[in-house]
Amino acid sequence: MNFAYAELLSALRPELSLVVGALLVLAVDLPKTKRSLERRTHIACGMGAAALLAALVSLLGVGNLGNIWGGVLVLDTLALVARGGVFGLGLLTLGITAGTTRLRNPAEFVAVILFAITGFALMAAAQQLLLAFLALELASLSLYVLAGFDKTRAESAEAGLKYFLFGGVSAAFMLFGFSLIYGLTGSIELPEIARQLALSGPSPLLLVALVLVLVGFGFKAAAAPFHLWAPDVYQGAPAPAAALIASASKLAGFTLFLRLLWPGLGGVAGGGNGMAGWITVVVWLALASLLLGNFVALAQSKVRRVLAYSAIAHAGALLLGVIAAGWAGVAPLLYYVMTYGVATVGAFGVIAAVERHQPCVNLADLAGLRTKSPLLAGCLMVFVLSLAGIPPLAGFVGKFLVFSSALQAGCMTGWLALLAILLSAVALYYYLQILKPALVLPAQPDTATRIPVHPVAAITLVFAAGLILLLGLWPSLLLGLF
Amino acid sequence: MNLLPWTLYVSFAGALLALLAGTRSAAAARRVALGTALAGLAITLLAAREFVPGPELQTLVNVPWITELGVRYHLAVDGISLSLLVLTGLAATAGILFSWNNEERTGEFFAFYLSLIGGVYGVFMSADVFLLFVFYEIAIVPKYFLVAVWGSTNREYGAMKLVLYSFAGSALVLIGLLWAHAAGGATGYGLAELAEGARHIPAGSQIAIFALLFLGFAVLAGLFPFHTWAPTGHVAAPTGASMLLAGVVMKLGAYGCLRVAMPLFPGAFAVCQPVIAWLAIAGIVYAGFIALVQSDFKFVIGYSSVSHMGFVLLGLAAATPLALAGAVLQMVSHGIIAGLLFAVVGRMVYERTHTRELAALQAMPLHRLLPFAAGVFVLAGFASLGLPGFSGFPAELSILTGTWQAKPLWAVCAALGIVVAGAFTLRAIHVAFFGSTGATALLADAGHHDEAHAMAPISWPEKTGALLLLAATLWVGLKPDVLLDWIVPALQSPAFKAVINGGTP
Repeated sequence: MNFAYAELLSALRPELSLVVGALLVLAVDLPKTKRSLERRTHIACGMGAAALLAALVSLLGVGNLGNIWGGVLVLDTLALVARGGVFGLGLLTLGITAGTTRLRNPAEFVAVILFAITGFALMAAAQQLLLAFLALELASLSLYVLAGFDKTRAESAEAGLKYFLFGGVSAAFMLFGFSLIYGLTGSIELPEIARQLALSGPSPLLLVALVLVLVGFGFKAAAAPFHLWAPDVYQGAPAPAAALIASASKLAGFTLFLRLLWPGLGGVAGGGNGMAGWITVVVWLALASLLLGNFVALAQSKVRRVLAYSAIAHAGALLLGVIAAGWAGVAPLLYYVMTYGVATVGAFGVIAAVERHQPCVNLADLAGLRTKSPLLAGCLMVFVLSLAGIPPLAGFVGKFLVFSSALQAGCMTGWLALLAILLSAVALYYYLQILKPALVLPAQPDTATRIPVHPVAAITLVFAAGLILLLGLWPSLLLGLF
Repeated sequence: MNLLPWTLYVSFAGALLALLAGTRSAAAARRVALGTALAGLAITLLAAREFVPGPELQTLVNVPWITELGVRYHLAVDGISLSLLVLTGLAATAGILFSWNNEERTGEFFAFYLSLIGGVYGVFMSADVFLLFVFYEIAIVPKYFLVAVWGSTNREYGAMKLVLYSFAGSALVLIGLLWAHAAGGATGYGLAELAEGARHIPAGSQIAIFALLFLGFAVLAGLFPFHTWAPTGHVAAPTGASMLLAGVVMKLGAYGCLRVAMPLFPGAFAVCQPVIAWLAIAGIVYAGFIALVQSDFKFVIGYSSVSHMGFVLLGLAAATPLALAGAVLQMVSHGIIAGLLFAVVGRMVYERTHTRELAALQAMPLHRLLPFAAGVFVLAGFASLGLPGFSGFPAELSILTGTWQAKPLWAVCAALGIVVAGAFTLRAIHVAFFGSTGATALLADAGHHDEAHAMAPISWPEKTGALLLLAATLWVGLKPDVLLDWIVPALQSPAFKAVINGGTP
């Protein structure tokens, strides 16, 4: 094979600008200077944002190329939109990072964020098992580092270690699954795998491989029963890191598995015709996530843990979207995961802004946010209500799209969609438990009386809230891309 | 007519303006809110003047919204929606007048209040079920904050219960809607398209989908035994919000049943008719008896609302032309009367006496201390009883006569509810306002001498609001044909004809 490296370089201009950007961020911060920590944070975030903007621009320049480099990568509409979304969510994450002062090595933090986003972008475009795994590992290793980045707090170290251990084991499961698929089909390229599977049909060994892959997938998606890391990581990681784990990582992960499961393993989906296949497994994962996420969230008293369990519940809905994508296309799932990502980054952004001035651990710590900072309270309301799926915010349209497509997908997913809608009434309870202290209750006496918000963080949050409203009122802006 | 969509835009813009004005002063926020509500009322009245009654929904706006889902931004009205739009304008204005003394976070109060109103206007104008659902849910969240922040008595519990009941109801509606859409294979969510698709759904599924839709909407209309959110919510809410909750928000549920559930599945409705009717009757009688033994004045009114909404549901269940017209008339009538009753209890009496315990009120000669409040309450009570001359009379009479045509037994059982309503209303009037008369009143007068002086006189916003609502109930009571001329032709549309004829168009 004669690979055209020039073609590859040109097609991967976005990723290239991210890597160069990351190295530059590190280089600029390298010499010992008397710059204050805040200034270093600003420089790092500014350079990171510039790299991401360059990536976005070059993404538009690259456009829709189809298979490149012998089919190892595919730059179709899905990859294009998902990569754009990943860069956008990355920008939002950097925006809320600018407001934090806790991190001792801001340049490294931003550089690792950029590496993680490079991994996400490659995950979204990979069409070959080996590259997919490498991209996934690049992203995951960066996220482990980010989770444990705050060396001043033990919880952060705990989050990093827990995430690493669970992630390592699940990566091993997934790799084993990949190796079995390779053994069965003799190929690591998804189109070839699909062709071979169409010839040979399902076999017991293939089912084992599917289950192993889905274990890894369940971990990435924080789906029950592989969710155990999520609450602790959300709780312990620095807020921007948690935001990235909850948003861009989800988007990239679901894009990768969408590609793996439908174009690659679509032939052994099973489901409708009563055959065993991966749909059955995913249905069970979705059911477990919906029930566990929604009910356990009810009992939480810490803000980030509520968000973590709500993320598990949302993962259940997203899994439904993965199944439904086989019938209704990828648009509902991508719309859901992207708008969910924006709302989650926003919610973590509010937490990060509050944390600068006072502890923000328990729900009660949010008390009186309305008087301390009307801006933060207003933004939090938009994000949380969008997560709850209240119109006219984007979360509602996402919910509606995914559930209506799941109803078309078949009997099992249909029932699951109906259950998920009923559970959204349960979910509203815990979402209101976040909003109640922030908007209803008075401030506790011994806390900050006002919370000034860093201008960059404020602009980011207002932009994110505006985006949620805009996409809720005109969903076609995003849906029209597919 | 074409101005009607502006009720929506004006309300939402007013909400934003009130929020901004509230950061300057409470008085500014109040003025913005009143101006917005009056603008809404004026628009509905202007539209009503130009309205030509007819059997079809008259389209106001119809443009594509979410093309990928086939959802259209389709607003349309017929006589039924127009009556309820006028009611919304009236209730919104009166509610703001009775919230005039709000001094705490006034801007936010009116922002939530006006966005709730905007959602209500939207529901009454939507001809696309997706759009209707969107507005229906927009109306849910403000309720939580209105009750939780500005309420009284157990407000956080009341607010959460209210919102979760509404949201669970709307989840059932969403399930029904998605199911109807998927099973019927409709291309969009317009009422006509969904109805067309619904005909191809097997009968068993039709009943299931109808049950989901009807139940989901009826939770908000206070259908027994899912009514318990209403009394707790109404009692916990601040006066202006209880007036809205009982006055227009409960009507959203009944309207959803009438506009969406019944016309989409007339066949399934015919099967479920007896169940709905008996639940409605149970609600009328049960809530009436419960109201009879309440010791909290506001709970009496809260349960009376459930009882009166039972008549609306009974009218829907009977589904004769007369009963349906009566049900719509009762929605309007109850919207006005419930607003008036809550205004007297929550604003005029409670904020002066600081008690709603009937026993404590009995000790005060309120008819002498607050003669205006007593007078308004007596008139509102008579209206609520269904005395001739007030709006309750033509409404409940049409419902009962219409129900008699369908099933005399239902009418007889429901009529028992009217007797109970008479009992609890007269008891409330007697105990609260005329509890101590004659010699005891003199004694009480002496005992409460200080309080008599402490009680602030009834203010102008209260007087204006009360007179506005009283005029409305008298007007509807004396000339019900004005509204019936709008409502009856609307019931001649093919969709409602199918409902009336039990599924055969």
